[in-house]
Amino acid sequence: MKTAVALMYLVASILFILGLKMLTRVKTARNGNRLSSTAMLLAVVATLLDMGQVDYTFIIAGIVLGSAIGAIMALKVEMTSMPEMVAMFNGFGGGASLLVAGSFLFENVFAGNLAFGGILPMDTTITLFISVLIGSVTLTGSLIAFGKLNGKISGQPILFPGNNILNLLLVVGILGSVVFVVGFNEDPNIAFTVSMTVIGLSCVLGVLLVTPIGGADMPVVISLLNSYSGLAASATGFVLGNNMLIICGALVGASGLILTQIMCKAMNRSLANVLFGGFGQADSGG
Amino acid sequence: MSPLLIGLYVFALAVFVGFEIITKIPPTLHTPLMSGANAVSGITIVGALFCARTADMTTANILGFLAILFAMINVVGGFMVTDRMLKMFGGKK
Repeated sequence: MKTAVALMYLVASILFILGLKMLTRVKTARNGNRLSSTAMLLAVVATLLDMGQVDYTFIIAGIVLGSAIGAIMALKVEMTSMPEMVAMFNGFGGGASLLVAGSFLFENVFAGNLAFGGILPMDTTITLFISVLIGSVTLTGSLIAFGKLNGKISGQPILFPGNNILNLLLVVGILGSVVFVVGFNEDPNIAFTVSMTVIGLSCVLGVLLVTPIGGADMPVVISLLNSYSGLAASATGFVLGNNMLIICGALVGASGLILTQIMCKAMNRSLANVLFGGFGQADSGG
Repeated sequence: MSPLLIGLYVFALAVFVGFEIITKIPPTLHTPLMSGANAVSGITIVGALFCARTADMTTANILGFLAILFAMINVVGGFMVTDRMLKMFGGKK
């Protein structure tokens, strides 16, 4: 049984690679997308087989409700609003990674009122927090990108003095919290508080990374955030020991990064200039 | 080899595959590729399914349910929106 599931995961991984490859040619793109969606179905079926007999109430409810909401959003959106829709979906993807990590934390640590010391292997804890960090940044960053494209938030770059320094401090704060909670802490209450702090700081970081960027640069930002959400999925794969998750996450992470660079080049700008420029493009937001 | 090391091998190789498959891409396909890859990143659904194995109203299970919900919105919405975009290219086959 386990072998069959592993082989299905392998087939799904290969189909994902072929599907993404086909998406780069106009002639094959549509079939490539279909191939990827077939791979996704296969991956879900394999996972359900792997889990065996469980209570499916939440699973079925989540799948049916999520599919319905996704389908309605996809069908109703105007063709001109596609990039912001992608941003929105990407935010959901990042949110999902964050929620998986959160669920794992509650089940294995917080529910038993435990601290991290000795409960989870250190590499699991670290990848768990990587998943939390990237998932949160993707979630809030994508929502800001959505708002900017949508006109709900000003397309102007919102930059205040010390923005980048504050971002740096946030990163230091997040890393410090993780090191503290992984390495030195034995108190369950502190473990919980610090974990929630990491989530909070990561969410703020996602907002502050995107607010300084002009509305016209949002497609590049969404592409980058998409790459992040792939990495978040990969981190989840490390936590769960699932190679297919690692493969697909890495694929999206890498191809997303390449696409981001191609898009920057098309605008004759460097990625750093887009991310930290904080000027220009102000009038063309949305 | 430990599972972590195997995971790192797999990760590193998959990153290179990801770099290699995106070579020349026409600008019209930038947004569809972004959207399609975004749908693939909904693969987190695999992790989410494991998080909602019982119907107990524990925090872990409720977060698992929400994770499935979010991931499915990402997956189904992502693939459908990509298909709609690609359909515009004259339905070439």
